[in-house]
Amino acid sequence: MKILVPLKRVTDPDTKIRIKPDGSAVDLDGVKFAVNPFDAIALEEALRIRENVGEADIVVVSVGGEECIEQLRAGLAMGAERALLVKTSDDLDSLAIAKILAAIYHREKPDFVLMGKQAIDDDSNQAGQMLSALLGIGQATFVSKLELLENNTKARCGRETDAGIETVAVTLPAIITTDLRLNEPRYVSLPGIMKAKKKPLEEISLADLGVTVTTRTNILHLEPPPKRKAGVRVKTVDELVDKLKNEAKVI
Amino acid sequence: MSKILVIAEHDAGQLKLATLSAMGFAQQVCAQTSGSYDVLILGEGISDAAESLRAYGAASVMVADSPALKEPLADKYAFVIDDVARAQKATMVVGAASTFSKDILPRAAALLDAGMISDVIEVRAEGDDFVFKRVLYAGNVIATVKLEGALKFLTVRPAAFAPPSKTDELSPATPVAVDAGKLPSQIKFVGREAKVAGRPDSTEARVVVSGGRAIKNGEDFERLIGGLADVLGGAVGSSRALVDSGITPNSLQVGQTGKVVAPELYIAAGISGAIQHMAGMKDTKVIVAINKDSEAPIFEVADYGLVADVYQAVPELIGKLKK
Repeated sequence: MKILVPLKRVTDPDTKIRIKPDGSAVDLDGVKFAVNPFDAIALEEALRIRENVGEADIVVVSVGGEECIEQLRAGLAMGAERALLVKTSDDLDSLAIAKILAAIYHREKPDFVLMGKQAIDDDSNQAGQMLSALLGIGQATFVSKLELLENNTKARCGRETDAGIETVAVTLPAIITTDLRLNEPRYVSLPGIMKAKKKPLEEISLADLGVTVTTRTNILHLEPPPKRKAGVRVKTVDELVDKLKNEAKVI
Repeated sequence: MSKILVIAEHDAGQLKLATLSAMGFAQQVCAQTSGSYDVLILGEGISDAAESLRAYGAASVMVADSPALKEPLADKYAFVIDDVARAQKATMVVGAASTFSKDILPRAAALLDAGMISDVIEVRAEGDDFVFKRVLYAGNVIATVKLEGALKFLTVRPAAFAPPSKTDELSPATPVAVDAGKLPSQIKFVGREAKVAGRPDSTEARVVVSGGRAIKNGEDFERLIGGLADVLGGAVGSSRALVDSGITPNSLQVGQTGKVVAPELYIAAGISGAIQHMAGMKDTKVIVAINKDSEAPIFEVADYGLVADVYQAVPELIGKLKK
């Protein structure tokens, strides 16, 4: 069995995001980076499937500059076998990423792809769905429960929807995107880090992959959200009720 | 000239109010450019929901009613949306930012080789094109973006767009032929957990009461958070901490990865206010925070803050509101 897990390098989720004074970009100076938390959940699930099934070749892939090697090594240290870096300096949108991942999919021919439902930087929540459309295969998004069925030809997935958990059975190969509650990713162990240094990490150019992509989303300007005006502290429940009734007029 | 296709959303035939916001967005775009919008509703037994969409000035309400579309499965729905968008020569396909749209629209966008912007909160015509604002980084950044291409896919935040104005003339309803045999069938519906009846959905309610870490168990959540929601006729929500500890179901989570709500009144009881939580509620009109810790970040966004133990303050509040 082979499982492909895309990993995105993102700003650490606990980092306070600052925008450059000219509004051109997020100020990344001195900011810590991490594997997108949803992607780490996807990788953890792949590792657990390997532990259950007995064997699985887990390949992690990232798209970006040399700096993404840090996150790929983290994925290898968690337990993936092999890493691929598709090198590009362009800032790509979800459709462009999906096209690159589709080319990787054709090269690697995995049994399925496990990836985060969204990246916590751009919060788009699109790439997995777009990838499955490009490949003409099924998808199960926002998955918080996953079970392989019928000789690993199908996956039964509990999906987190606005209306509650929906269960679907999707024919493999498919794209499965992970939600928060699927699992808790393991910590990287020291032996894991040592082993990761020796694991193969291949760098691929877009030309090697035979893909030309353009990004259609152009970010013109960034700004912080409008600040809420400072509120007031009330001392008692009575005062709160009075304010809500007579000042805010919401009850 | 814009030709917009709005994808309606319903819950077993009951129209989701967020659909009206997506139509409001479409109406705004049409007012800024010369253009028109159609609404597409998919499902089985959806004539009532389709009927209710006819009063808002859409050029047509297109109804794809078929047993094969009973459940909102992404492969089938995206296939139909792809077909209709091509036939209509749509320039924009729009849905409310919900798990329904997030699952299905990116898939349809890729089938049509169209780019997509999620969580749009503002739109402005600029020459022949548009400039959008959207939120990212858990609501900490607002980006002004352009999207190239003759066809654009968008999800819009319901709170950012008012429902469209009603018109006297009803839009014509037109059936969309669905050839069930041609639909892909890689995804099969298995089941859906029974919904907790009785309280409104937090994305549609006028009042949302949310509980956080200070709530110790499910019974207390029901008594305090549920009890307060009930006297206000509101919905309940939850912080991630309570979902993680199994006290509340996943579907109640408000935040970056849960629901985004923007009610008139949001009461955060025992919630400290992690940025991921605030991303889901800070567009609320009036925020009330009740927390023992006077330093909790939630007080920075609260209009009214009460430093108190929720176990004392909430029962007192319920008692006073009952009077």
